Amino acid sequence: MLFSRNGRSDSLTLEGRVLASAQGIDECLRITVTDGVIAGIEPAAARTLVIAPAFVDPHVHLRTPGREDEETLRSGTDAAAAGGYCAILAMPNTEPVVDSAAVVGALIELARAEAVVPTGFMAAISKGQGGEELTEMAELASAGAAAFTDDGKPVVSAGLMRRALQYSALAGRPLALHCEEPALSRGGHVHEGRVSAEIGLGPYPSTAESLMVERDLALAASEERPLHLMHLSARESVDALRRARNAGVPATAEVTPHHLCLTDEAVRPLDPNHKMNPPLRSEDDRRALIDALRDGAITAVATDHAPHARHEKDVPFEDAPFGVTGLETSFAALHTYLVLPGELTLETLLERMSTGPARAFGLAEPRIERGSRANLVALDLEAEWEVTEDGFRSLSANSWLLGKTLRGRVVRTVADGREVFVA
Amino acid sequence: MGELRPPAEPRRHLLAIGDLARADVERILETASRMASSLDREVKKLPTLRGRTVVNLFYESSTRTLASFELAAKRLSADTMSLRSSGSSVDKGESLKDTASTLSAYDPDVIVVRHPSIGAAELVARCTGASVVNAGDGKHQHPTQALLDLYAMEKALGRLEGLHVAIVGDALHSRVARSLVQALALVEARSTVIGPPTLVPRCFEALGCSTSNDIRDLAEADVVYVLRMQLERMSPGEAFIPSLREYTALYGITPERIRPGQVVMHPGPMNRGVEIDARVADSEAALVSDQVRAGLVVRMAVLYDVLTTAAAPQRVVAEIV
Repeated sequence: MLFSRNGRSDSLTLEGRVLASAQGIDECLRITVTDGVIAGIEPAAARTLVIAPAFVDPHVHLRTPGREDEETLRSGTDAAAAGGYCAILAMPNTEPVVDSAAVVGALIELARAEAVVPTGFMAAISKGQGGEELTEMAELASAGAAAFTDDGKPVVSAGLMRRALQYSALAGRPLALHCEEPALSRGGHVHEGRVSAEIGLGPYPSTAESLMVERDLALAASEERPLHLMHLSARESVDALRRARNAGVPATAEVTPHHLCLTDEAVRPLDPNHKMNPPLRSEDDRRALIDALRDGAITAVATDHAPHARHEKDVPFEDAPFGVTGLETSFAALHTYLVLPGELTLETLLERMSTGPARAFGLAEPRIERGSRANLVALDLEAEWEVTEDGFRSLSANSWLLGKTLRGRVVRTVADGREVFVA
Repeated sequence: MGELRPPAEPRRHLLAIGDLARADVERILETASRMASSLDREVKKLPTLRGRTVVNLFYESSTRTLASFELAAKRLSADTMSLRSSGSSVDKGESLKDTASTLSAYDPDVIVVRHPSIGAAELVARCTGASVVNAGDGKHQHPTQALLDLYAMEKALGRLEGLHVAIVGDALHSRVARSLVQALALVEARSTVIGPPTLVPRCFEALGCSTSNDIRDLAEADVVYVLRMQLERMSPGEAFIPSLREYTALYGITPERIRPGQVVMHPGPMNRGVEIDARVADSEAALVSDQVRAGLVVRMAVLYDVLTTAAAPQRVVAEIV
C-alpha cells in the first residue's frame, strides 16, 4: 500500500529520551538500527534529543501528475522526510484525477523510482471527481490504492455517498471525506463571522461543513460502515463526531496544524497564504479542535499540504486558490503553538502525528521495538529556527509560517529502515 | 490660506479606513477644506505636487472616482495617467502584480487602484514602492468615498460628532457601507444599518454600528445614506431578496419616509425607482452633487496627505500657502 524507492537499508544509532506513548515508553535509550531493522534497545544517558515513532501524514497533495511545477514525488517526499514523516498519503485531485488502475499503477512506478518516503496513493470516490459515478474501487484497491476520497470536492449527492459506503466494502479500504455543502459555501472565502462581515469576503459558514458531516455520519451509521472525516474545522462538526462515536459509529477524523493554531483573525492582512479550505474559524472552534485532539475524539493530525505556484498566490486574496504547505513545519508549529503554551502534551502530539493517523487508515503503526523496521524521528525541542521562503524542500513556499520563529525541530528521520533526513 | 498641519505620523498608503486614526481623518478633512477655498480662486491649479506622478489603475468601471482622482492630481500639478483594464495589457492576461511592477518602473509617486477583488490594493502595496490609494477593492473598502461623505456631511450639517446616520440597503456587498461605518465610528458619529436580513449580516455591528430590518428606524437619523442596490444580487442562485418590487416597497426611500430636516446621500450611480425615489433624489434634501464636489477636494487632500509624509512637508506647506 506504501511505495518508495528501492534501495539500501541503513545502520545507525539514535540516543535520547524515547517517547512512544502508544507502547508506554518514556525513558532514555540508545536505539541501534542494523540493516534497517531495530536491532537493539538499551538504556542510555543522553537526553538532548527526543526520539519517537516517525510521523504519518494521511493528507498530502503531491500535485503529480499534472502540476509537477508545484510538487513532484521527489520534492514532496523530501519535504516529508524533513518534516519527520515515514509515511504519507497523496490525494487524487490531480490532472488527470487518480480514478483508474492505470493512473494508480503509473504513480506506484513513479514512487518506486522517486519517493524518498513511503507513499500511498488515494483514489477518487467518483469518476473524475465528478460526483456522479463510482470509480472501480475493487480494481483500484487491488492496483494498490490506499484509500478513497474526492478531496477538494465534496460528494454532493447523498445517494452516491450511500452507494460509496456500501460498495467500498469490496475494496476493503477506508473512505475519507471532504465535507462541504456547496450551496452554503458557494462564493465563500473565509469563515462566516465578524471577520467576513468586516472585510466583505464571501462567507463560508460552519454549517457548510457540519451539515455534510452530520449527513455522512448518519449514512455511515445506517450502513454500519466506517468513514474518516478530513480536515475538520468547526465545533459543530466535532460535536457531531462525538455523538456518532458515542453511538458506536466507526468514524475517525483529522485536523490540520493551521486550524489548531490560527483563527480567522489571521486573515485580516489579506495575505493569500492564510486562505485555506475549510477556512480558519473562530477561537471557539479552535478550542473545540484542540479539546478533541487532546481527548482522542480526533485521533490524527494531517497537514493538508497543498503546494501552489508562487504566481497563483501572488494575486488579491479573493482571487487566490485555497491551500497552504505544511509537511516541513507541522511538528515545529504544533510544538511552538500548542505544546509550549501547555495546550497539549508532547506525548499526545507525537501519538496523534504517528499512531493515530496510521490506525485511521489501517497502515502499519510505526513502533519502537526490537525486530521492527525502523521508522524513527529525532527531535531537538530547544532548537529555534526561522521559517524562510528558501528553506523548503517542497517546490512551493506558500506557508502561513513565513517569517515566524519556531521552537523545536526535526533533526533526523528514518523511514522504512532508511535514513532520509539529517538536519 | 493658513498653514497646513503636517501629518501626524508616516502613512504611505491609504488602503482602508481601519488604518486611520481620528486625527488622520480630521487632518485630511481640514486639508480638503483648504483645497476647496483654493478652488474658488481664478487660477485653480496649485503647484503643490509639481513633478510628482500619479497613476490611476482602474480594473472596474468608474465615473466619479476616476474623474475626480484625475482632476485632483491635475489641480495639484502632478503628472497623471490613467490605465483601464480594457485596452491595456490586462486584456492580454497580464496579472495585477506584473502590471503594478511594470508601472513601478516609471517611478510613480502614487498608484490609485480600483479592482473587483478584495485584497488588490494590499497586493499592489506589497509589490511597488509607490504610495497606494485604494479606490475600491471588491466588497472590502473604498476609503476615499467614506472621507468625502464625511466632508459633505460636515459641510451640510456643521458637525460630525454626535450625528446619526442611517445607512439603508445592501450592506453585505457594499465597500461603501463598510468604509463609512468605520469612518463614522472614528469621528464619534452614530450609524444604523437598515436593510433586509439577507443583506445586513448579523456580524456587521462589529464594524461599529447598530443594525435594523425596519425602515421606520431611519426616522431618528440626521442623514439617510442610501446604498446602491446591485441588480446582479438578483441572479439565479444568488437571489438575496425575492424581488426588487418587494425591496422597493420595504426599503425604497420615498418622500413619505423622509422627515423635514433630514438630508439624503447616495454614492452613485443611483437606481431611481429602486432604492431611491426620483422625487427624493432631485429634492433639496439630496446632497448627491455636494458629494461629487467633495470627491474632488477630498481626493486632492488624500494625494497631498500620502505624499507629504515621504517628502519634506514644510516645503510643500510653503508652496501651498
